Amino acid sequence: MQNAKRIFVLSLCLLLVLAFSACRNNDGDTPEGDAKAGGEITVGIAADLDSSLDPHKSSGAAGTREVLFNVFEGLVKPDTDGNLVPAVASSYVINDEGDQFTFTLREGVKFHNGDPVTAEDVVWSVSRAAGLDTGTPIVNGLDSIASVEATDDSTVVITLKEPNIEFLAYLTVAILPAGYEQQDTAPIGTGPFKFVSRSAQENIILERFEDYWGEPALLDKVTFKIIEDGSALVMALQSGAVDLCAHLTSSQCAELGNMDILQGTMNLVQALYLNNADAPFNDVKVRQALCYAIDKQQIIDMTSDGAGVPLGSSMYPAFGKYFMDELTDYYPYDPDKAKELLAEAGYDESHPLSFTITVPSNYTPHVDAAQIMVDQLSKVGVNAKMEQVEWATWYSDVYQGRKFQSTVCGMDASTMTARAMLERFNSASPKDFINFVNASYDDAFNRAISAKDEDSQLQAYQECMTILTEQAANVYVQDLADLVAINPALTGYRFYPLYVMDLSGVGFRE
Amino acid sequence: MKKRRNYNLILGLALTCAMVGLIVMGWLWTPFDPNAMDPASRLQSPSLTHLLGTDNFGRDIFSRVLQGAGATFLIGVAVVLIGGVCGVLIGGFCGYYGGWLDDLLMRSADIITAFPSILLALVIISLIGAGKYRIIIALGVLFIPSFSRLVRGEVARCKSQEYVANARLMGAKDLRVLFVHILPNTFPVLLSSLAIGFNNAVLAEASMSYLGIGVQPPDPSLGRMLSEAQTYFFSAPWYALSAGCAIVLLILGVGLIADGLGGRRRRDRA
Amino acid sequence: MRYVLKKLALLLLTLLIISLLAFLAFQVIPGDPTTKMLGSEATPERVAALRAELGLDQPVLARYWHWLTGCFKGELGLSYSYFQPVETVLSGKIQVTAWLSGLAFLLVIVLALPVGVLLARFEGGPVDKAMTVLNQIVMSVPAFFIGILFTYLFGLVLRWFVPGGYVSWRADMGAFLRYMIFPALAVALPKAAMCVKLLRSSILQELDQDYVRTGYSRGRSRGSVLRHHVLRNAVIPTITFLAVTLADIVAGSIIIEQVFSLPGIGRLLLLSISNRDFPVVQVIVVLIASLVVIINFLADISYQYIDPRIRLDR
Repeated sequence: MQNAKRIFVLSLCLLLVLAFSACRNNDGDTPEGDAKAGGEITVGIAADLDSSLDPHKSSGAAGTREVLFNVFEGLVKPDTDGNLVPAVASSYVINDEGDQFTFTLREGVKFHNGDPVTAEDVVWSVSRAAGLDTGTPIVNGLDSIASVEATDDSTVVITLKEPNIEFLAYLTVAILPAGYEQQDTAPIGTGPFKFVSRSAQENIILERFEDYWGEPALLDKVTFKIIEDGSALVMALQSGAVDLCAHLTSSQCAELGNMDILQGTMNLVQALYLNNADAPFNDVKVRQALCYAIDKQQIIDMTSDGAGVPLGSSMYPAFGKYFMDELTDYYPYDPDKAKELLAEAGYDESHPLSFTITVPSNYTPHVDAAQIMVDQLSKVGVNAKMEQVEWATWYSDVYQGRKFQSTVCGMDASTMTARAMLERFNSASPKDFINFVNASYDDAFNRAISAKDEDSQLQAYQECMTILTEQAANVYVQDLADLVAINPALTGYRFYPLYVMDLSGVGFRE
Repeated sequence: MKKRRNYNLILGLALTCAMVGLIVMGWLWTPFDPNAMDPASRLQSPSLTHLLGTDNFGRDIFSRVLQGAGATFLIGVAVVLIGGVCGVLIGGFCGYYGGWLDDLLMRSADIITAFPSILLALVIISLIGAGKYRIIIALGVLFIPSFSRLVRGEVARCKSQEYVANARLMGAKDLRVLFVHILPNTFPVLLSSLAIGFNNAVLAEASMSYLGIGVQPPDPSLGRMLSEAQTYFFSAPWYALSAGCAIVLLILGVGLIADGLGGRRRRDRA
Repeated sequence: MRYVLKKLALLLLTLLIISLLAFLAFQVIPGDPTTKMLGSEATPERVAALRAELGLDQPVLARYWHWLTGCFKGELGLSYSYFQPVETVLSGKIQVTAWLSGLAFLLVIVLALPVGVLLARFEGGPVDKAMTVLNQIVMSVPAFFIGILFTYLFGLVLRWFVPGGYVSWRADMGAFLRYMIFPALAVALPKAAMCVKLLRSSILQELDQDYVRTGYSRGRSRGSVLRHHVLRNAVIPTITFLAVTLADIVAGSIIIEQVFSLPGIGRLLLLSISNRDFPVVQVIVVLIASLVVIINFLADISYQYIDPRIRLDR
């Protein structure tokens, strides 16, 4: 879900970089050669961080995670290609069974308060996140940890309850100073920037951490400024009050002649999600008819001037080998075919199909897409009615209560694995909010998660995705475009295949 | 003075009639289907085909302004009617009789007025659901207290006037005194606040649309159009300006009429 | 005096009821604060643990009582979104809204009083006619539409201020005021127009009174009569109007704060409602309500002072 983005990706992300005058280095990991250290910038964010600043507690809050990516690190951390690279740990070994991870800690890593990182800190942090003492994990997915032990001053061993070859991705969980109590309001981590201050609805200020173990950040100071109103944000960018802002719409960018625009994707699956349990969407023909009736390309053209990536199943291209491009055009736009299927299902002009699309009102891309769908559906004689609700209402009624007919929203992976993307359609999952029940899907999914090697796992996951498409579980639309406006004097912004904003490489041009 | 007053009234009537004429036309016929999207003609500037240009979905703004003004006008008028009628009744009885019921009702009115209206609107909307007609109910209820308060104050003031005492001496019954002698005297003040109420209702609809609990898209309303149009202020200024000016014209017309009708000796307490 | 005391007691009761209603409002609106705090993928156990931590598992009335007694001890509770005490979250926000309302209020007076008096002085003249029309138009423009036009005109075309470049009053008072003048003006203009209209008509009304004719018959000029007799009487209803306007400005600051991205309590209220951050909403609601109730209370008292016949409680 857009609001709960925690995407880590295993392979290279498709990034289109437009209007970006300085080219990216080939390795993509080091800052641009022509950027110099020093200076300060203001980054616009469209929503206030609405949670604790404790990286464990706020792991589900997208906006907070995006900012705190600069402040915290785990044993490993993702790079721009979605690979996991050692961070607080300098190396790791996984045993043959795949249930024990041994980490060697990096020498000379310091917290922002000046204390060195010890094995004790690591054990404390992971145990805390996994809830080993309290019994309730704070961070999702860590409940499969059986024990965390420090075998010597620089070695930590993590043992799992059962083998899981995808588990390393969870160990990006932040390492914190043991026993430190003020993470909620004055966070301390090991990242390239340290936290300075936060003022509700006004700003969050970070400064460069001079004792960072790796390549130090270029900027002296970064101010995240909160501007919720879309047009106020555009005006702030035009006037130069804000130097950098991500997640803009194409229409906002069209107003920004003074800025460079970089283009990536949001890494989520936007779709018309259908409640498969109730009429009319318990009939596969109706679902397929809608797939034929929706013109994805038109939605992409209208909402983002063609910058989004069309999708055909619950997976987006940043997932690399898991993404099956052949499913994208499984249902080409074909209004006649749609009418035919609807007629077979018993709907015609005298007895038209009518239903409601519930949309969370604070996400313009979804509201816009729903409006276009209503228009497209009317062309095949379907009466779709749109209803906007507040996000909190959407969450409790639609996502948790499952009281809906259809909804437009974006779903992403809550962890860095294909499992997270596909688990929600397993009939046993509490997250199966569309009530999709399919025996062969459940079977394929269970084979995938218990697989011992990557190939058989990949095959099983691909089977899952194909079933979703064939059964037309949802009307898949696109992976939304992520547009970033940046002051032309700045360089070094890097896209990640996950919802973060890495400012360590950003600096002013020489 | 007399001449100027008529001038206001005439201008206001002319403007409102023109707007209502356009609105009625919008119900019967619009140059384009206001909800039909056209990917080929997005954000076009005003031309002979599209008098006020097109929006980000390629919909004809003129058609949408016509229908949107209809929705907005309907909401404004209905809300003011609900608030006004209930307000006159409640305020009239409270002001005339006083007593504990008056205290109770006026205290409730105080509470409702003091409560941030956006939160109250959210509560009502989550009880009855969103949509054009439900907004009317929600806003109508919100508007009752301020009208009641106003009318009550006026009635209390008139009650102590000589002509009321005279009417009583002549044996007029309470209800007759209230409805025939007192309430008509409150109308000048009421009229101007009805106009302001209309103004506020239009604005309230706009802010509710801003929160996504107003008129539901794709159906247009001026408030919704204005808040959506803000994003396109630079590439398509005609979008925001059309919606904004339509709002101004609607409010201006109603305001001028109220101004023209209001007696020259009224105590304008707004 | 007894009348005032009785009103005062009622005022407190009103505030108490308002705070209770605000509490109950969240029983009606769907949504749970833990959603935003934990994200949508949280496990039910984690949600339950957090709800217990926040005391959300207790009955409503118990929570209300806890909150109320806390208030008297000076503890307003902990914000769910910021994990800070509510008073810390609000500090700084109240000043912004207070400055905005104060400036707007000042502008209303500065703009409306001279214009209103001048128009009445030259009633029927070409200036009066032109200004009355202009006035009526300004009255009809919604404040946030003026705000949008201002940011475009003064911010981007004339570059008199930097839209979105809000500077905190703590950092630089001069820059803060330079920025605040535009939102304040956007709020003030329609209100000032209403005030001009009111002032003009109440002066004209006073000019019809007998004592004015007496003044004229003694050979005084129109200007002199205006200055010495009429203004004082005509200003009274205007003051009442201004009091109500002040409440209006504060309660209506939400959208203007949004347009100019000012970190005031209006915007905080909106966000806290959508985050279901009850403790913050609760305090802001009571704050705004107190202001409105107190102003109404003062207006009631002043009515009575102006016209002692208005006294309903026999």
